[in-house]
Amino acid sequence: MKRYSFVTLAAAAFTGHRRWTKVWRTPQPKPAYDVVIVGGGGHGLATAYYLARKHGIRNVAVLEKGWLGGGNTGRNTQVIRSNYFWPESAAFYEHSLRLYEGLSPELNFNVMLSQHGILTLAHSDHELESLRRWTNAILINAIDSEVLTVAQIRRLVPLLNVDARFPVRGGFIQRRGGISRHDAVAWGFARAANALGVDIVQQCEVTGFLTEGDRVKGVETTRGRIMSDRVVLSVAGHTSVLAGKLGLRLPISSMALQAMVSEPIKPCLDTVVLSPVIHMYVSQSDRGELVIGGGADLYTSYAQRGGLTVLQNNISALLELFPAFTRLRLMRQWAGIVDITPDTTPIMGKTAIQGLYINAGWGTGGYKAIPAGGDTMAWTVANDQPHPLIRRFGLDRFASGSLIDEGAAAGVAH
Amino acid sequence: MLQIACPWCGVRDEEEFRFGGEAHVVRPPAGAGDAQWADYLFNRTNARGVQYERWLHGYGCGRWFNVARDTVTHEILRVYRMGEPKPMVQSEQP
Repeated sequence: MKRYSFVTLAAAAFTGHRRWTKVWRTPQPKPAYDVVIVGGGGHGLATAYYLARKHGIRNVAVLEKGWLGGGNTGRNTQVIRSNYFWPESAAFYEHSLRLYEGLSPELNFNVMLSQHGILTLAHSDHELESLRRWTNAILINAIDSEVLTVAQIRRLVPLLNVDARFPVRGGFIQRRGGISRHDAVAWGFARAANALGVDIVQQCEVTGFLTEGDRVKGVETTRGRIMSDRVVLSVAGHTSVLAGKLGLRLPISSMALQAMVSEPIKPCLDTVVLSPVIHMYVSQSDRGELVIGGGADLYTSYAQRGGLTVLQNNISALLELFPAFTRLRLMRQWAGIVDITPDTTPIMGKTAIQGLYINAGWGTGGYKAIPAGGDTMAWTVANDQPHPLIRRFGLDRFASGSLIDEGAAAGVAH
Repeated sequence: MLQIACPWCGVRDEEEFRFGGEAHVVRPPAGAGDAQWADYLFNRTNARGVQYERWLHGYGCGRWFNVARDTVTHEILRVYRMGEPKPMVQSEQP
């Protein structure tokens, strides 16, 4: 891997930037691999990277039906945070946030992490009380969190209309939260995994599985049969469809989650602002665009497009809180298919089929979990047992009843 | 936006309705084991294509009914009442 540095950048500038080479190979799939990862999004690529780097398993393929990072990894709103309620979630997401903090040097790729904080608003005294309780839980989990008064919020976000129809009564902030560039996360992991020998095969859709008894033996793809004793499903909204081919039924509902960006403007918003009650969150990217999201379209869908009803509600909530944004035009609007679980906690680990591992159920918040998802899944595959951080995230929790109800911590109610 | 034909009120916009999840999920007998209960409570087919589902006309007549809908095109293929057997509906999607 050609390392990026100031020196290589300067050298490239002297040759007019014409000598940059391709960052990853475009290999033909081999007939067999030690591990096959289905899905070339952030989680799949991160799993491949950590398998190769931490566990020395380098004969790995990542199979992607479309293009790399073209699913939810390229469609999310880039928010990173670890302000969860339950200890199991807090430990996992904090591990992820810490990995994000070191990710640019780790991958030698600038993921443009900007820890400018994430501010959650309360619009009534009751809501403020529950945010206080949430903040206490976060602090007990040894993660930073701070309740802010209306005056403090005014200073932090001068454009915010605190006297809105649902007036702002206070809020809390995780200052280490923020955003990073989602494409860079996918590309950084892909480049680093490729350098360690991982085959990233795009335009290769998995259409079925090969099994022997209760063991998985490989996958059927649009580019032929690929044998492997270990297969990782990392396909977000399409997990039920693929698992269904093996007769597995999962507690997942696939729904469309929309997001949109405005035209780019000068810096005006220095934190992520989120309102759980009126279903809106907004941040400003390094390119100056306002990145806006809200609640999911509340019926199951595989369409990768959302309805105008939800978009309209989302925008009206934004404009009530930020009247200055009324003159802005939207540049793009899109949707991704997210895999929502009954308790809003992911499903990770082993399945009833030997050698088949699952990394799914991220719902509306999988982006922040990419490094930890990859790290813990790689460990799980290498050791054939769930990583300690994800032991409680297994499929068995639905029969045992030990759910981890993070409905509130999804940030925006879905 | 979906337009749904409520069996009692006629065609109305999506905003008047609430999605109620998959239809025809059968409650297990009282003596069923944990796995069977978990399957009933949590596991779903989550079909890509024709899905049989329940809707509530919450901001209308307040009644529940069933819909057969394609989850890829969002086309509503059939509306039928609660208690009616699951119709066999084909989607035009290839």
